[in-house]
Amino acid sequence: MANTESTHTEPTQAPKQIVATMVDALNCALAQALEEDEQVVLLGEDIATNGGVFRVTEGLKDRFGVRRVMDTPLAETIIAGMTVGMATQGLRPVAEIQFMGFIYSTMEHIVSHATRMRNRTRGRLTCPLVIRAPFGGGIHAPEHHSESTEAMFAHIPGLRIIIPSSPVRAYGLLLSAIRCNDPVLFLEPKRVYRSVKQRLTLDAAGLPIDSCFILREGQDITLVSWGASIRETLLAADQLQILGVSVEVIDVASIKPLDSDTIIASTKKTGRLVIVQEAAQTLGLASEIIARVQEQAFFQLRAPISRVTGFDIPMPYFRNEALYMPDTQQILDAAQATLAV
Amino acid sequence: MKPTNAQTEVARFQIFKEEYLAADGQLLHPLPQNLSADTLVRFYKHMVYARTFDQKAIALQRTGQLGTYPSALGQEAINTALGMCMLPEDVLVPYYRDHSTRLIRGTPARDLSRYWGGDERGSMFSDLTNPDFPDCVPIATQLSHAAGVATALKIKQLPFATVTTCGDGATSRGEFYEALNLAGVWQLPLVMVVNNNRWAISVPFSKQSSVQTIAQKAIAAEVACLQVDGNDPVGLLKCLDEALKRARGNKGATLIEALTYRLGDHTTADDARRYRAAAELASAQEIEPMIRLRRYLTAQNLWSDELEQAETEQSKARVQVEVKAYLATEPQTPDDFFDYVYETCPPELERQKHFARAKFARLQQAKHGNGHGDQHG
Repeated sequence: MANTESTHTEPTQAPKQIVATMVDALNCALAQALEEDEQVVLLGEDIATNGGVFRVTEGLKDRFGVRRVMDTPLAETIIAGMTVGMATQGLRPVAEIQFMGFIYSTMEHIVSHATRMRNRTRGRLTCPLVIRAPFGGGIHAPEHHSESTEAMFAHIPGLRIIIPSSPVRAYGLLLSAIRCNDPVLFLEPKRVYRSVKQRLTLDAAGLPIDSCFILREGQDITLVSWGASIRETLLAADQLQILGVSVEVIDVASIKPLDSDTIIASTKKTGRLVIVQEAAQTLGLASEIIARVQEQAFFQLRAPISRVTGFDIPMPYFRNEALYMPDTQQILDAAQATLAV
Repeated sequence: MKPTNAQTEVARFQIFKEEYLAADGQLLHPLPQNLSADTLVRFYKHMVYARTFDQKAIALQRTGQLGTYPSALGQEAINTALGMCMLPEDVLVPYYRDHSTRLIRGTPARDLSRYWGGDERGSMFSDLTNPDFPDCVPIATQLSHAAGVATALKIKQLPFATVTTCGDGATSRGEFYEALNLAGVWQLPLVMVVNNNRWAISVPFSKQSSVQTIAQKAIAAEVACLQVDGNDPVGLLKCLDEALKRARGNKGATLIEALTYRLGDHTTADDARRYRAAAELASAQEIEPMIRLRRYLTAQNLWSDELEQAETEQSKARVQVEVKAYLATEPQTPDDFFDYVYETCPPELERQKHFARAKFARLQQAKHGNGHGDQHG
């Protein structure tokens, strides 16, 4: 039992609390990781002196030095490849890819090396690495800066994919990602970067990366989403509550491995499921959730499962991105159609 | 291109080639000071063993006891020199034709056979403390890993080097340039060795690139570079030793282009007669590394037909022990394919593992049960 010898312990200081945006929370998590484990190193384009184009790594070079916070040449392929080499030597590299739109040249290292190293050496070499990348639409960014392509990566065996939806979850999930001994793709919904502030306790506590978060409990319908779309999903839930509907809202957060058990259990309870996905429709995460739910909860379903997704089109440029982004009205429509069955 | 009056020379570069032991076994220059004749005898013995294994591996493949295998025939000198120059703590990040380096570094032939025989445990290594990377099939990707390993050594301020190898074809890939560039700008403790064996499967180097040397590609990254006769054990030992010492001493990276010739097919799945003239192969056989070193050692009274025969027989016996151990390897269980995907197996994968166990039992039953199974697998 803790604190039985309290006569000798110093009074413990309560962990600091701050009001944080997601950028602040990520910065605090990185600082904590660098502080607690000297094997943690950060690398990426413009992350050291400039503090990252979104300022997620601001101040970390000054605090931890250029040996641990490194500006790399402008070459994404080798950034990913280097993390594989570094991780096998006991370091815990956290690489930033400046935007997910520039991540595709790293895919060979993720598919062929980072996610296979433990398996192909039967545990002799491992790749505890994190690749961070801002992703998703809604901030009026230039071409190639707004896509959500997590599903392309979710197909890769051995990879973990984590997407926080709030500052508090960004802090706890990033800490867990860095402490995890598997390779992690950590996708940051940049629409949430500065749009939400939360009270954040800097307690160095990680959040689980093997389960969903139930944000609201309800009885009539389950709404499932992740990343920035959690905002619209919660807004839709608010409106449904006003109409007297009891809504359960689940933030998937850990895209892979997927905790389908929580979603299945919720769907068994409510009998109704709507999935909200910013990514394009075909073969997105929603498809996999639907497949697993119908396999295990088919007879408890009271209505067909519905999904609200982006269209199967190239992301429109910023002028017309609202046309693409799933909005609250779409979620409401899908939920009401489901409830009407 | 002649300079105009408006142009002044701002930089000038040269490429040097190092060679000591000519194809006829004659030394062109005295042996380097720290290189003893005994070392060259050991060098020769390593090559005998490597070539014996190579021939056995091909024979195993031809008789269905090994999968597709890439022979290193003709380029054993590069692999052997690397194995002899590296310290145990140096890290090897190889491509897939460095068998001799591996053997010298204590990865036994049973492990190599397991890897090429379709068993993941070949890269687990019998010696779990071996820091080396597994073989790398996706071309040139290992160069980025090596840059990462070298960065880690530098960050940890360890006085060791990273060695990475590739073929001539790999130098056409972007990652070759990305790795060179990083090695230059970060002064990495890295030695990059290009096995220029003149062929990337069916494409000769003349169709791969128009450069006079591969070494010169390092100049674009301000990385030290050198061309060496890759069939010359003396030249290889000298320049690799120097490059490794530079790396370990935190004095920067080196690119070494080792000129050799792939005497065999690309792999056992390839037939080089489809694209390569017999005359070219015949003349390449004249300059291969073992003949020249044997000529030299024989002339020095350090080698003889009797020693040759004894060494060959001993190597065959050693390889036989390894092959026996390889063929006696316990089969893997279905769990093995699920338990190393993540540190701990997630629930969905556990479910799939249970299904795989049942499937495995069914396949075993079909193979062995009741004598009705498929016996050809």
